[in-house]
Amino acid sequence: MRPTDRQYLKSHEWCKIENGIATIGISDHAVSHLSDLVFLDLPAKGASVTIGESFGEIESVKAVSSLYSPVTGEVVDTNKELPDNLEWLSQDAFAKSWMIKVKVSSTSPDLIDSKAYDAHCQAEG
Amino acid sequence: MQKTALESIHIALGARMVPFGGWNMPVQYRAILDEARTVRTKAGLFDLGHMGRVKVRGPQAEAFLQKLQTNDAAAIPAGRIRYAMILNEQGLTQDDILVYRNPKNDGFFVVINAGNAQRDLEIMRATAKGFDVVVEDCTQTLGMIAIQGPASEAITQRFTKGDLKALKYYAWMDAEVCGVPMTLSRTGYTGEDGFEVYVPKGHEEQVWNAFLEHGQADGLTPIGLGARDTLRHEAGMPLYGHEIDETTNPIEAGLDWAVKMNHDFTGKAALEQVLAKGGTGRKLVGLTSTSKRCPRQGYPLVHAGQQVGHVCSGNISPTLDTNIATAYVRTDLATPGTQLEFLVRDKAEPCVIAALPFYKRQR
Repeated sequence: MRPTDRQYLKSHEWCKIENGIATIGISDHAVSHLSDLVFLDLPAKGASVTIGESFGEIESVKAVSSLYSPVTGEVVDTNKELPDNLEWLSQDAFAKSWMIKVKVSSTSPDLIDSKAYDAHCQAEG
Repeated sequence: MQKTALESIHIALGARMVPFGGWNMPVQYRAILDEARTVRTKAGLFDLGHMGRVKVRGPQAEAFLQKLQTNDAAAIPAGRIRYAMILNEQGLTQDDILVYRNPKNDGFFVVINAGNAQRDLEIMRATAKGFDVVVEDCTQTLGMIAIQGPASEAITQRFTKGDLKALKYYAWMDAEVCGVPMTLSRTGYTGEDGFEVYVPKGHEEQVWNAFLEHGQADGLTPIGLGARDTLRHEAGMPLYGHEIDETTNPIEAGLDWAVKMNHDFTGKAALEQVLAKGGTGRKLVGLTSTSKRCPRQGYPLVHAGQQVGHVCSGNISPTLDTNIATAYVRTDLATPGTQLEFLVRDKAEPCVIAALPFYKRQR
């Protein structure tokens, strides 16, 4: 069961908004499909992110994938320990593996709830 | 999507399956870099059921192959194998292939890439019209399983009748594997010693399981396409769609050793023009980088602020413990040791030109 306290993009990012701050990461489904992670590139504090645009990259042994932002706003914090501890992502994608926190000015209309996201993952295989 | 006879075995073994060249194939059973290390130090087992397999027979089989591909089919002795390319009239690469002359000298066998199989067969059938030759696609009636790694010979010999020690590199023979007559070759796509076995339909599971059973004590495990790519790249072997494709010719790709100009093949006139001009101005090279980022296919290469090439394949090399890449680069910058940069998201990272292959096993 994936957390129901947050929303998801079909591109496999999750987004939990509390008091105008969005915490953003990627789902267990994304992590298991990427496999063998080697590098994570996150934006610096103060950078701006835009709905639907790439805010970073995650690299596995075989490929590089963009991370897409579910919100527009300013990055107020990044998980500095995560790039050196990529195994956290396969241990728990939804808590200590958060990637960035963003002061939200607008939210993607494409965000879906956990039930719809579960169905999307199932369909994708 | 097509499936090999071993698909359900891969799924039962927990493989991650991906579409490759129109086939549902295992990309990995466990961590890709660990699988690659297993092949370098022990042995690995590969399902190659997706590769296209074609029998070529008839009185003009040799003449047909001379027209079809770049190597000299007349110079292949019985039981030997040569690497070659199929080109178009512009001298551009349609596929890279292996040409086998049958051990009994009663025809030829050709192994082609899955993703190009349809086009190759069309080219073969069109070319065959001028010759007394039969081209038979036997991809569906013949399985293909490879064992690669230093323990390959010892493991395979345990259930094979036939002297494997006497079988030379790039040679093949008739043998009895698991009591069933079939052929096997001393070939592979990893840079290690090993064999590829051509298994009559219905015996694929039996042969696969025999390898696993007899290889267990030596550390043999199944290996997916992910590690296969890493291994071939370390060994400097091209992959169609990366180092070679319909925009490259064999001269700039450094594959001129597989082109013999003593016979008339499709694309020869175009290659003669390239040679007369002294090349195309670019060359396939190796790159290494100790950057945190790995150079990947399509990344631009930069020198003195100018784009001078692009990356074809990039991998993290477990054997060399660095990032490796192949790239086309301007000929004047192709000398090993030349410092360049690759661009990843517009950020420049350092890399240096290295001689190919990156890895060569001790014999």
